[in-house]
Amino acid sequence: MNPTLLAEAQTHAAEPFVFWLLAIVSVSAALGMILMRKAVHAALLLAVVMLSLAVLYAVLEAPFLAFVQVIVYTGAVLMLFLFVLMLVGVSSTDSLVETIRGQRLWAALAGLGFVGLLAAGVAGAALPTTAGLARANAEGNVVGLARLLFTKYVFAFEVASALLITAALGAMVLAHRERLAPKATQRALSKARFLGDHPTPLPGPGTYARHNAVDMPALLPDGTTSELSVNPIIARRTATAGMHTDLEGRTEEQAAGDDIAAVRAATDTAADADAQDREVKAGVPTAGNKEAGK
Amino acid sequence: MKAEGIQALAWLLIALPLASAAVLLLGGRRTDRWGHLLGTLAPVLSFVLGLAMFVQMLGYSGAERRRAVHLYEFFSVGGFKVDAGLLLDPLSMTFVLLITGVGSLIHVYSIGYMSHDANRRRFFAYLNLFVAAMLLLVLADNYVGVYFGWEGVGLASYLLIGFWQHKPSAAVAAKKAFVVNRVGDMGLAIAIMLMFATFGTVGFEQVLGTGAHHEGLATQLSTGTATAIGLLLLLGACGKSAQLPLQSWLLDAMEGPTPVSALIHAATMVTAGVYLIVRSAPIFEMSPDAQLVVTIVGAATLLAGAIIGCAKDDIKKALAGSTMSQIGYMVLAAGLGPAGYAIAIAHLVVHGFFKAGMFLGAGSVMHAMNDEVNMRRYGGLAKIMPITFVTFGLGYLAIIGFPGFAGYFTKDLIIEASWAHNPVLGACAILGAAITAFYMSRLMFMTFFGEKRWAEDAHPHESPPVMTWPLVLLAVGSVFGGAFMILGDRFMHFLEPVVGAPEHHHGFDPLAPVGLLTLAVVAAGVALAWAMYGRRPVPVEAPRGGVLTKAARRDLYGDALNESLLMRPGQWLTRLTVFFDNKGVDGLVNGLAAGIGGTSGRVRRVQTGFVRSYALSMFLGAALVVAALLVVRV
Amino acid sequence: MSPTHYLVLSAILFTIGGIGVLVRRNAIVVFMCVELMLNATNLAFVSFARMHGNLDGQIIAFFVMVVAAAEVVVGLAILMTIFRTRRSSSVDDANLLKY
Repeated sequence: MNPTLLAEAQTHAAEPFVFWLLAIVSVSAALGMILMRKAVHAALLLAVVMLSLAVLYAVLEAPFLAFVQVIVYTGAVLMLFLFVLMLVGVSSTDSLVETIRGQRLWAALAGLGFVGLLAAGVAGAALPTTAGLARANAEGNVVGLARLLFTKYVFAFEVASALLITAALGAMVLAHRERLAPKATQRALSKARFLGDHPTPLPGPGTYARHNAVDMPALLPDGTTSELSVNPIIARRTATAGMHTDLEGRTEEQAAGDDIAAVRAATDTAADADAQDREVKAGVPTAGNKEAGK
Repeated sequence: MKAEGIQALAWLLIALPLASAAVLLLGGRRTDRWGHLLGTLAPVLSFVLGLAMFVQMLGYSGAERRRAVHLYEFFSVGGFKVDAGLLLDPLSMTFVLLITGVGSLIHVYSIGYMSHDANRRRFFAYLNLFVAAMLLLVLADNYVGVYFGWEGVGLASYLLIGFWQHKPSAAVAAKKAFVVNRVGDMGLAIAIMLMFATFGTVGFEQVLGTGAHHEGLATQLSTGTATAIGLLLLLGACGKSAQLPLQSWLLDAMEGPTPVSALIHAATMVTAGVYLIVRSAPIFEMSPDAQLVVTIVGAATLLAGAIIGCAKDDIKKALAGSTMSQIGYMVLAAGLGPAGYAIAIAHLVVHGFFKAGMFLGAGSVMHAMNDEVNMRRYGGLAKIMPITFVTFGLGYLAIIGFPGFAGYFTKDLIIEASWAHNPVLGACAILGAAITAFYMSRLMFMTFFGEKRWAEDAHPHESPPVMTWPLVLLAVGSVFGGAFMILGDRFMHFLEPVVGAPEHHHGFDPLAPVGLLTLAVVAAGVALAWAMYGRRPVPVEAPRGGVLTKAARRDLYGDALNESLLMRPGQWLTRLTVFFDNKGVDGLVNGLAAGIGGTSGRVRRVQTGFVRSYALSMFLGAALVVAALLVVRV
Repeated sequence: MSPTHYLVLSAILFTIGGIGVLVRRNAIVVFMCVELMLNATNLAFVSFARMHGNLDGQIIAFFVMVVAAAEVVVGLAILMTIFRTRRSSSVDDANLLKY
């Protein structure tokens, strides 16, 4: 599809509709982003904003920029955010109680004032009639951009490329962990393993009649669960000790109720509306626990 | 006229004692062994030189006796030019002989009196310093030179009164003398400034003229300015001569060693005020009001001093009261105009002899009585100290005006002149003579006659010759000095080129009615003293006494008056200023500092350290910038 | 649509991002709000480009994106490093400038 034709069609016909829809969506998403407690939710809402902005760029006769926005910004940068969130700890919820006195009030006032001033300035500005990019995009938006980029702004282009290299190097340096001890060789690792408390490999998670998942702990010969069989990161999020409820003579409803109680205890029930909304379906407990597959 | 011959070396008169003082002070303990000898040699040399100059002066006549010695230009600032120069005329020559002569005798006396003092060398240094300053005072040919000498004798007086530095009373007395003198010095200083403002010069030749034919600028004074200058000069004279109202320091000055009291506070320094008034005669002539004030001051002081002297048991303080009173006579005479100038100076000279002689005699008595000064512990010393008794007695007869002795001539002339001027003044003078006779007789009876009221450890003995010979020489002056000067108007003629001649002059008449009246009251005073102290035994403890006695013992409440009028308000003022300084000035400064500290303590709480607060302020700032831009554009 | 609408939208999004920077404590969320601000400015640039009729605004928006990407990379690396030592990603932890 010719992007220019696409842009022209949208400019004339449905532009106001698209604009208003996306405006409402993006503003709501932005507001939600700053009000969300969980960081992951905020990141996803930012993705919504970015995508709606991409559509707006397309409406504004900037198709190249629209795709770059989706690919680079939403696809790369935002994903980078999500990765770091995962590494830092996605379970850490922000308390929404403000510690600095008057910060919220003044931030709201400043924000309202700022936006009011900007809007007043913009509204009062005498803007010339929109020229449209028909002529600039005559050879296609990409060609037009390229013409500008490699002639008028070539120096900035070069500097930006240097910046990217520097950023990559900087990130490598910052994320680098200096090895304080020499890298353990295979021989040293073996030695340590045999000198440690369990030379044999750890047991893997269990596979049972009702449950089969990575977070299902294995059973020891005496009937107790083995904490060692579950990955510690997963074990931090689940109560591995109480996994095998059916082995302890409870019914499925009881097991489900215990699961729900455990979930509630793990998250803040008072403010967490999600947990209250969730219905208790028989045998389908929530919040990342098991019963995934049968 | 320019000085010739030995008179051209007049500066040596001052330089010799000054050099001696410098050597003794800078030399320090190394000069202790011979310091007193050098210190005595200097004024003696000055006396010899002065005598030679005097003889040379006698060879001249009339206006030629006024000789000037120009030394160098002292300073020239704008239009004010002051030369350092000396003036040798009859008046200054009289003083030179008096200062160096009596001074030398007192120096000799001090060799013996201060022989037990470890700081004798320093004493002689200060005495020489004093002699040099006093000579400068009387020899200077302009008022600034006089002021120089004036301050110098004030300094020497301070150093000598407080000579025994370890005694707090001496230090306090020295400070008091200096401070009270300062008040007088201020008067002299302002008078000099006024003179400069009026005349443009302060030299004697220009201001006062050189005698009857060459009148100075003073004759062009308006009465108001003349009164002002005259009163200011009188203030200076009162300070130096211990006249009312600046008399409080003289009795306390007796804390110094007795030779000091004799030289400074009897014979010479306290007479500087009289010198000033007589020297500035042309100025006083232009203001009858100032002259009236001078006579009133003199009359009041002579009575006050006499009354104070009646109640003092301390022999030196009694003599100090007497000094105050006799100088009152001199000031009274000086205020009478041309009729009194020569008589005042004459009385000054004989007073120098007999008062110095009596002070030295008192010193001799104190020396014999282990430095006891309370006359109530004396008694019956006449036989044990004959030379002292006889010389003291001759001085006593001189001061009360016994016919034939020195005081008889000079004091009677003063009484007559004041009576002729104004009967009230004359009455005061006669009353003063009576009281003088009373208290001097009291002193004699208590000290030399009557029962022995000594302390246990007193072994009185006659003083060594080094102390008695000056007594003898001074007694000679007491006896013959008056007759020599007054009979034949010798002194009057001598001083005529300087002070002029009085209008009606009729020589000394021993049978004048006023003179006979004076003799009568004097006899009455002596008789009263004999009745109270000669016939009856003198109580060792001072009796309570009536109102007048109590008042006299407290110096007629002079100190109390000074305290309540000046000292306490001054203290309140300083306390007030200190209060304002502490609360006001310091409060302002400290309050400012505290205010800034408090404000900053509060303001620093803005620095919460939170990045978000800073981000908020940046955001607010950005909003303000946008607003500013909009306002400017729109 | 006149550019005014787009500009006002851009202003609103920018302000929301600004408030988010001030209000949120999690460092990563603050970073995301900064990205929102940058996006808002990009929108303004692009709408001006259409208004003027040349592509300079789009070029600038392009460069903003490049810079934002680089900035995110380095910023997140710094965040990681801090998190490793402090075990906390709260912005309020850096308060040594406190009085």
